[in-house]
Amino acid sequence: MPDSASMKEREEAHWAKTSRLMFTHLGVWFFFGFVIHMFVVPLNKITIPILNFPLGFYMAAQGSLIVFVVMLFLFAKQQDKIDREYGFAEED
Amino acid sequence: MATEASAKSSDFIKNLGKMYGTYTGGFIAFILLLALMEQMGVPNKILGYLFVFFTLAVYAIIGVMTRTAEVSEYYVAGRRVPAFYNGMATGADWMSAASFVGMAGTLFLLGYDGLAWVLGWTGGFVLVSILIGPYLRKFGAYTVPDFLSFRYGGNFARALGVIVLVCCSFTYVTAQIYGTGLIASRFLGMQFELAVFAGLVGILLCAMLGGMRAVTWTQIAQYVVLIIAYLTPIVILSTKKYGIPIPELTYGQAIAEITAREQQMLATGLATVANLKPHIQPFINYSPLNFFAIIMCMMVGTASLPHILMRYFTTPSVREARQSVAWSLLFIFLLYFSAPAYAAFSKLEVYTNIIGRDLTSIRPWLFNWGELGLIQICGKNAANIDAIVAACKAIAGHPGVVRLQDFVINTDVIVLSTPEIAGLPYVISGLVAAGGLAAALSTADGLLLAIANALSHDVYYKMIDPNAPTMRRLTVARALLVVVAVIAAATAATKPADILAMVGWAFSLAMAGNFPALVMGVWWKRTTATGAICGIIAGFGLCLFYLVTTRYFPGAGVAYFGMTSLTNPLTGLPLVDIAKAMALPNAMESFPTLAHPMANKVGWFDLNNIACGLLGTPLGFAVIYIVSLLGKEPSREMQAYVDDIRKPRGRTVLEERTT
Repeated sequence: MPDSASMKEREEAHWAKTSRLMFTHLGVWFFFGFVIHMFVVPLNKITIPILNFPLGFYMAAQGSLIVFVVMLFLFAKQQDKIDREYGFAEED
Repeated sequence: MATEASAKSSDFIKNLGKMYGTYTGGFIAFILLLALMEQMGVPNKILGYLFVFFTLAVYAIIGVMTRTAEVSEYYVAGRRVPAFYNGMATGADWMSAASFVGMAGTLFLLGYDGLAWVLGWTGGFVLVSILIGPYLRKFGAYTVPDFLSFRYGGNFARALGVIVLVCCSFTYVTAQIYGTGLIASRFLGMQFELAVFAGLVGILLCAMLGGMRAVTWTQIAQYVVLIIAYLTPIVILSTKKYGIPIPELTYGQAIAEITAREQQMLATGLATVANLKPHIQPFINYSPLNFFAIIMCMMVGTASLPHILMRYFTTPSVREARQSVAWSLLFIFLLYFSAPAYAAFSKLEVYTNIIGRDLTSIRPWLFNWGELGLIQICGKNAANIDAIVAACKAIAGHPGVVRLQDFVINTDVIVLSTPEIAGLPYVISGLVAAGGLAAALSTADGLLLAIANALSHDVYYKMIDPNAPTMRRLTVARALLVVVAVIAAATAATKPADILAMVGWAFSLAMAGNFPALVMGVWWKRTTATGAICGIIAGFGLCLFYLVTTRYFPGAGVAYFGMTSLTNPLTGLPLVDIAKAMALPNAMESFPTLAHPMANKVGWFDLNNIACGLLGTPLGFAVIYIVSLLGKEPSREMQAYVDDIRKPRGRTVLEERTT
């Protein structure tokens, strides 16, 4: 059954790509959720010009949140692209 | 007839923008009308009642209009809620009374450390979208236990899922009903118990007749009210103070002023190094470990809470489920990135206009809150000038100006008092009350539905009577909804001591109980039923054990399980002297109150019990992994189903019988 074999291959390739995307976003999530806040003390020595925020405080109060929102919209787009590439996307 | 119904509903979807646009305009017109009435001399109390009753009536009307007799409408809103609107509904579902009223207060008290909650309650949506939500949507479940049961071999896994769900949702819904009671009693002067049951009626009117469908469309209306109510006072305050109507940008200036004022207060003796917690200094309330543990538990907990996950079952497609998570976070972000601004403006007001002020020239806005016992100066309720002067005179050597240590504020006051601090008319305070109610009611609706659906769909229909006809299923669902709601309200009316802490616990419990099994179920085909069941029991069990022991049986924890005192993050010293506390005659007793000297103050690795998910979740993953490898590979069929879940295209895996 060549058809089912190619289906299997497509499924595996699709999932490999999906997993890669998942790990990329998980990495970004971990960096902005945790790693960057570990450096809050040195970051607080930097003040954002005009707005006057200490950078370490700003990242926890707004910076990371903005990154999360943007990456979610981006993720929805990227995952949809992968699904379409392998023909697994839903009809519009 | 079916086509007629679907044509009608697609018209409904098309007109959503117009309908909610009109609704928002109508709400703003209503605020302006009340503002006008206030100018004409209508008393505040009547304005407050009008606000609350008008908004409740709108929710009830939506609830009644969207009633349904179809199972799929009742459980998943017919799976036709567009991504944008589902995002709004999730926003209201997510943001509770604690977010609306409490978050800014926490930030006021804890400064930088409070941001752990802001981060924790937003970043979790990333996990919802990339790991779980869209896959459960493709699976086609009505409830989270549905998925556990299908993937992990039947009703035992389902029962575990129901137990986890009820454990984490019930305390949470009780806290919401408690919140409605608090807000209504504060603003309307209603008796607390009465207010609780008034809130209950509001919740039931929304949820009972239409289930998920009704809750969805009311939550959108509630989101509009709550976000307008949250942003209005702070936008006006920012414009008045700094000339720019974007508080999220201008509060950086306020923080700089707070930091300067903190130095000044130390220099002039208004505050001491011991009692001043600098606003931007990290890790003075939580140790770094607990700070990051709280972030982790709240984030992973978000991705495991059934009432959030089930919102993504309602979108028309997997694609829209993903988009919908992004919209959800955007709508939630609007509130959460404004909360630190509330905290900063309030703190600046307190530090400059109360601390250091001569007792007789204190700003009058605080007397209203002092009367209710929410602000204390010199150890007494700050009800009026005479009371403050008398209280401070009683303290030996008091300088006659308010010092930092003289001032105590309940965190709920921060958001509620901002309209008065900004010198705004009462109508804005009424608006804030309506917003707080909307936040509490919408979250209560979602939670109540999650619990009642698990009981009616999973326990009654799937486990007790799989042949029940539609009508009976819906009747049972509604009856259970009322029963759960009444029990929750009755619990809330007793004002249980731990109620607010329990909301935090819910995240850890959900995380330990659900997260490993859900993630492994989708991402690792090799996961077996036995593995998952053992993992849920081990992870959830350890988390629950840690919570219950540290909270209620700390003596046993120390004596038998090697727990030690948590330490003060600033000084590194133990919070309690364990040897001394263990020598007390009641050391081994348990207390349902906080009277035990070691309650919440012992543990392993200096880990706060609110973050117990951090112990349970890794254990859950490890057990699932090991036990799965020991067992036989899941059947080919099951693996094919998992493949199906991973591909958005095609029919849902689970096809529910709906007629």
